Amino acid sequence: MRGFLDTHRTGQAVALGEDQRPVPLRKHAPGLGDFIMDETVAEYIRRTVLKIPRDEIKTMLQKWGFLSEAQLQTINFHQLKDNISQDVVQLCEENSADIKQAAVLDIIYNYIYPNKRVWSVYQMNKTGEETDFFDLTDFKKKIKRRLRSALKNVTITFREYEDNAVWIRIAWGTPYTKPNQYKTSYVVYHSQTPYVFISASVLKSNLPLLCQALVVASNYHDIREMELRSHSLNSLKDIVFKRYSQNFQTYYPKPLRERDVAPETDLRIIQENKNEKERIERVNREIFGDGPQPKLEFAQYKLETMFKSDPKMDVLDKKEPFRCLVKFSSPHLLESLKSLAPAGMADAPLSPLLTCIPQKARNYFKIREKKGLFPGSFVSP
Amino acid sequence: MAVLRPFDKLPALNSAVLLLVSSDEGLQQKLAEAILREKKNFKINIHLATSLPLPSERDHLRPRIDMIVFMIDIKSKYSLKNVEASLAYVDASFFLGKVCFLVTGVGRVNCCSIEMNAIWKLGEIYSSPVLFCELEMEGIRVATAQRLLRMLQICAGHIPGVSALSFGSLMRSSAND
Repeated sequence: MRGFLDTHRTGQAVALGEDQRPVPLRKHAPGLGDFIMDETVAEYIRRTVLKIPRDEIKTMLQKWGFLSEAQLQTINFHQLKDNISQDVVQLCEENSADIKQAAVLDIIYNYIYPNKRVWSVYQMNKTGEETDFFDLTDFKKKIKRRLRSALKNVTITFREYEDNAVWIRIAWGTPYTKPNQYKTSYVVYHSQTPYVFISASVLKSNLPLLCQALVVASNYHDIREMELRSHSLNSLKDIVFKRYSQNFQTYYPKPLRERDVAPETDLRIIQENKNEKERIERVNREIFGDGPQPKLEFAQYKLETMFKSDPKMDVLDKKEPFRCLVKFSSPHLLESLKSLAPAGMADAPLSPLLTCIPQKARNYFKIREKKGLFPGSFVSP
Repeated sequence: MAVLRPFDKLPALNSAVLLLVSSDEGLQQKLAEAILREKKNFKINIHLATSLPLPSERDHLRPRIDMIVFMIDIKSKYSLKNVEASLAYVDASFFLGKVCFLVTGVGRVNCCSIEMNAIWKLGEIYSSPVLFCELEMEGIRVATAQRLLRMLQICAGHIPGVSALSFGSLMRSSAND
């Protein structure tokens, strides 16, 4: 708030002094009567605009559609971002923006930059075979009712996109406090699928409530976390919707000779392991396919296995499991796994624990004693 | 599996054959290219292998190998293991000066995942010289290529009066001082 007042250059500060009303700002559009825009809304819009790269501000505001084209013409988009943001806020005040509109702008920003958040995939289950017709208005109504009845103060905003996706932004409050617009949860739901992509807010305690609302609103029976997380929402979609190039073919014809000849460099360099290399390439292609891999940043393996030692050594003879956490991280994990064997850094084929990530659609594992290798953890509402 | 022997084939006239064993094919290729770029007055063939034994189906095509360079990446334990496993397929007479261990990645000690001791020991057990370098750097790569080329010349018997064995013992006595 302070930052907003201090840097505001448009005469609002003077107006404040005259009115003796420091909290809500007065809008200055003539002839529209006194409308007071909430200062938190103004500050929220300002901060959202500041997040956008400068050369994209205009297109994003156009997508928002809250400011008219004529209004957008008045903004100089070549000045400092700070000044742009203040001009935008000024215009929003003229149009008497409220938090609903501000939330829509935030959704637009997050839709274009989904990689700024960490997304987690949830899968919903039905018991019966009943196929319900998905009604968006009913879905929205049920979600709102469910969340509002529990918390009263929540900002819930929806926005539909062409690919059948509903984006839901939720700012959480409590019955006694206003929603915190800066710690929002995001939900992306594709109505024809049982998958929900949730980017939870720091306020984790609301997650069960959110899951419950989603299950009820979409007529499912329960919901579970798939233990699949990444910054890249599109890659998660690729994995669960099986859109990435998978290879289930078991026989691979030998590649044409022509392709082999091309990278030949110097006749004085002789590859002794040519056949082995071709085998690695083949095995690798069987596992990873030809296309680019979905983008994941982590794979985590939690070992809870018993330590098995020589009975004579008599060490660690306890029944306690041997705890260990193995974490693989990379800006592009699956691509780096793919290149391990061809680079000669690992034997081909790689351990199925590493290569099963896209097939199993999870990158967080718990490895226990033989009972069952990957028990899914169910989060039932 | 076939053990690699230094003298089971006849040498070709005015030529030398180098065998590079490395699990990192990128660096191996770069080093081979650097060696070939050097000016020299004899023919050279470089055989690249990820590990030993060499595939037997190519035995009849392969000329006599004059020198083996085992490349170890200081950042990769796997590379050391690979070399250790490969050494079993080298005939003992190769270790009379025709083997050398090339340790790369020396510039980045903070990423080191191999104990230096293990490398020194390797050199001692197999009584072969250990060279240190950083193949990722152009300048050092060229210098290493020149060094290896000189050693190869000796191993192939192109330098009158110096044999691989005498050169090897020369290197060793200076290291022990």
